[in-house]
Amino acid sequence: MIQAILVFNNHGKPRLVRFYQRFPEEIQQQIVRETFHLVLKRDDNICNFLEGGSLIGGSDYKLIYRHYATLYFVFCVDSSESELGILDLIQVFVETLDKCFENVCELDLIFHMDKVHYILQEVVMGGMVLETNMNEIVAQIEAQNKLEKSEGGLSAAPARAVSAVKNINLPEIPRNINIGDINIKVPNLSQFV
Amino acid sequence: MVLPSLKLPELIQEIRGAKTQAQEREVIQKECAHIRAAFREGDAPQRHRQLAKLLYVHMLGYPAHFGQMECLKLIASPRFTDKRVGYLGAMLLLDERQDAHLLITNSIKNDLSQGTQPVQGLALCTLSTMGSAEMCRDLANEVERLLLRPSPYIRKKAVLAAVHMIRKVPELSDIFLPPCTQLLRERHHGILIGTITLITELCERSPAALPHFRQVVPQLVQILRILVMSGYSAEHSVAGISDPFLQVKILRLLRILGRNHEESSEAMNDMLAQVATNTDTSRNAGNAVLYETVLTIVDIPSASGLRVLAVNILGRFLLNSDKNIRYVALTSLLQLVQSDHSAVQRHRPTVVECLKDPDASLSRRALELSLALVNSSNIRSMTQELQGFLESCPADLRADCASGILLAAERFAPTKRWHIDTIMQVLTTAGAHVRDDAVANLTQLIGGAEELHAYSVCQLYNALAADISQQPLVQVAAWCIGEYGDLLLSGSCEEAEPLQVQEEEVLTLLEKVLQSHLSLPATRGYALTALMKLSTRIQGDNNRIRQIVSIYGSCLDIELQQRAVEYNALFRKYDHMRPAILEKMPLVEHGGPQDDEAGEGKEEPWNPNRESQSPTKTPTANLLDLLDLLNGASGDAQPPPALDLTPGGSLLHLLDLPSTTPSLAPIPGLKVFDREGLQINLSFVRPPEIPALLLITATASNTSKSDVTHFVCQAAVPKSFQLQLQIPSGDTVPAQGGPPITQVLRVLNPNKAPLRMRLKLTYNHFGQSVQEIFEVKDFPPDTWQ
Repeated sequence: MIQAILVFNNHGKPRLVRFYQRFPEEIQQQIVRETFHLVLKRDDNICNFLEGGSLIGGSDYKLIYRHYATLYFVFCVDSSESELGILDLIQVFVETLDKCFENVCELDLIFHMDKVHYILQEVVMGGMVLETNMNEIVAQIEAQNKLEKSEGGLSAAPARAVSAVKNINLPEIPRNINIGDINIKVPNLSQFV
Repeated sequence: MVLPSLKLPELIQEIRGAKTQAQEREVIQKECAHIRAAFREGDAPQRHRQLAKLLYVHMLGYPAHFGQMECLKLIASPRFTDKRVGYLGAMLLLDERQDAHLLITNSIKNDLSQGTQPVQGLALCTLSTMGSAEMCRDLANEVERLLLRPSPYIRKKAVLAAVHMIRKVPELSDIFLPPCTQLLRERHHGILIGTITLITELCERSPAALPHFRQVVPQLVQILRILVMSGYSAEHSVAGISDPFLQVKILRLLRILGRNHEESSEAMNDMLAQVATNTDTSRNAGNAVLYETVLTIVDIPSASGLRVLAVNILGRFLLNSDKNIRYVALTSLLQLVQSDHSAVQRHRPTVVECLKDPDASLSRRALELSLALVNSSNIRSMTQELQGFLESCPADLRADCASGILLAAERFAPTKRWHIDTIMQVLTTAGAHVRDDAVANLTQLIGGAEELHAYSVCQLYNALAADISQQPLVQVAAWCIGEYGDLLLSGSCEEAEPLQVQEEEVLTLLEKVLQSHLSLPATRGYALTALMKLSTRIQGDNNRIRQIVSIYGSCLDIELQQRAVEYNALFRKYDHMRPAILEKMPLVEHGGPQDDEAGEGKEEPWNPNRESQSPTKTPTANLLDLLDLLNGASGDAQPPPALDLTPGGSLLHLLDLPSTTPSLAPIPGLKVFDREGLQINLSFVRPPEIPALLLITATASNTSKSDVTHFVCQAAVPKSFQLQLQIPSGDTVPAQGGPPITQVLRVLNPNKAPLRMRLKLTYNHFGQSVQEIFEVKDFPPDTWQ
């Protein structure tokens, strides 16, 4: 079982913090800091496995981490997970992020923290591996995003929405789209032009 | 009226713009105030944005508990956007310990039964992340229904939710066990992964489920076969291996099912061999599958050829350039070393190579494995390697390495000299990190190896002269120089280069140790006592030693002061006793781990437990006279065996041998004294475990009309024997057959010489004090043969 998934940058600032076991808030922050210190000491050419720190549970737990550019992805797992398998899982997760965000970088993670959570939810659920097929995950995420957009609730990606909208030839969009029984009201986008 | 507040990206920008922690805190506090106000106002459309901001702030470590109720409201809202953020908030902010969490049970129930697919997915996800036991019980039926829905998306999530529920409420296993077999027939990999996780969980929790699931072993093997043979499949392949995650999970489940079960293992043997030989190991994914296969082969009762293959694969892993592979290989070899010792031995050279790796995780594993691989044939080379490692290893591994080397040396030392050398080297390199009893062990070892006394003392002297900072080494060296100073000074060491040491040099060195600020108080104690012992070993006069000792008579450290004062007394009033007291110590029985006195007060641990009688000073002196009488009678002029080194203490210092219950053929007793109704009878027991030991019970009985009071019995034996008197049961024998006094005497007779004993009795009888001394010569032959 995966205990926790932490993503932080080279200075220790957390970018994604997800615990699958309950810890009080201060302990959570302490764990992030401790993990950061442990991982920072590691050279780049040594193995990616660390015995866990004292806070996150004892001798059965290992930290498996990968360093991508400015970010550390750390999975804290117990002995029931295969270590080499988790390394691959981190890779799958990062590649999925790449597909969803198009050349993902740290800024994407910073500004779309909730989206990253949603993507993670499709890969790991309740501390267990749910799905590893990238295409399926991406398809699901896109379906959900579409659902959200259609409700008219713009989530934290106005920049992309704006650029997308700018490319649309606005005067040609009808005000109402009727497809069979579904009646979708197109919102007034003029304020974004 | 909602105050204008920042949108999430703007908030993030501002936080990033803050130059100091205090500034960041200010921005966040301001924003939190806005959020709280917005929550109070209850503005529905904006609620999800506020919560999103709050979650961001929460990730940075700021308190966010006031958002918990908002999560509930958002979950209850019909909009997907709201639900999404609401469920995320629930997962991050709520947990079993807050009462609020139960309130979402109803919302989850509704969403599970009526929601759209994504909503159902969200609900299942939340349930499996923070579902408490009560929630799981309430929602078990819903989840079970969802297991049979047509959509694979929902089913895979439902299966994993079931795993979580079983963890929380084990009784629910009954509900989720039946669908498993059905679910295994699915083609969808997500469902398969989930199902296998579920089955694994069920099997681990209750052994009763094992027989049920052993029937599906053929099915599992089939799935694995399809995966391995199917070749490239774009969907699930990672680096050319088709769905390594699923393969790994299946292999793990096969391991659990096949453990201790011949039949299942047979069914999987072929498949395991196939996977082991056909997997492409150029990338990590292949290695993950191969590694899991190896673990499975090793854990189940498999064919021996297969096991050898597995160990060889692990050996190959050790040579892999990828550090991660080496790490996992070392870990599993460590587990294997108990069961397949010889197979792992073959890879010993590679393991030793890994010791030199700069990676701390790897070298730690390699150290554990190397220590497990030491045996009597490779002890010398391994110790050399380990000592090399000890010199260069990081500080946290030193203690483990040092104690490992010492333990291995103790178990497998080929010669005593090698053993002593090894311990000395460890102490020189890593003295500060060894365990406390290393000093005691080493002194005991040196003491026992008579032929090596000269050699050890020379080596230790050299080591001490080079460096006086390593405390354990200094302590041992001081003790040795004290004990065997005469050998050191005579330079009579054949095994090493002859060493010419002057008395003055030795004294200077010991003084240096005494005065150095690096020395611990215990070390100073050792040095002081060593100086005292040297006073009898050296030929020159003792003025220097007397000076030092008298200086320390006013030392601030109480232990040192006491010693110095006592030694001073030895010089002045009891000079005649000094040689006897400071003679060489006899070997002490190694008490093993029960000996918990070590280090401080090392003179005391050499003492047996204080069962010996402890009279005051005068009986000791008298006893010496007694012994002189006895020895005078037999014509010897040597002093008696060494006495206790703390004057004013107890009686003859002897081997402490465990009391054993007598179990032999009875030896006839002996009446040795009879006067005016007082009789002394001796009875004998020879415990079979220790042939040289004789236990004598002296019984003093009184048939006269008057009590015998203040009864003291003392005994002495010739030089070749060793005697110990235990505490008598009393000192009064009441008149006319009252309960007698018994006293146990222990005699050690290693040379099996004829036993003679001189007894001295003092008591009051009939109002008079009586003293009797007599010799007992005619002991039964069984007592000493």
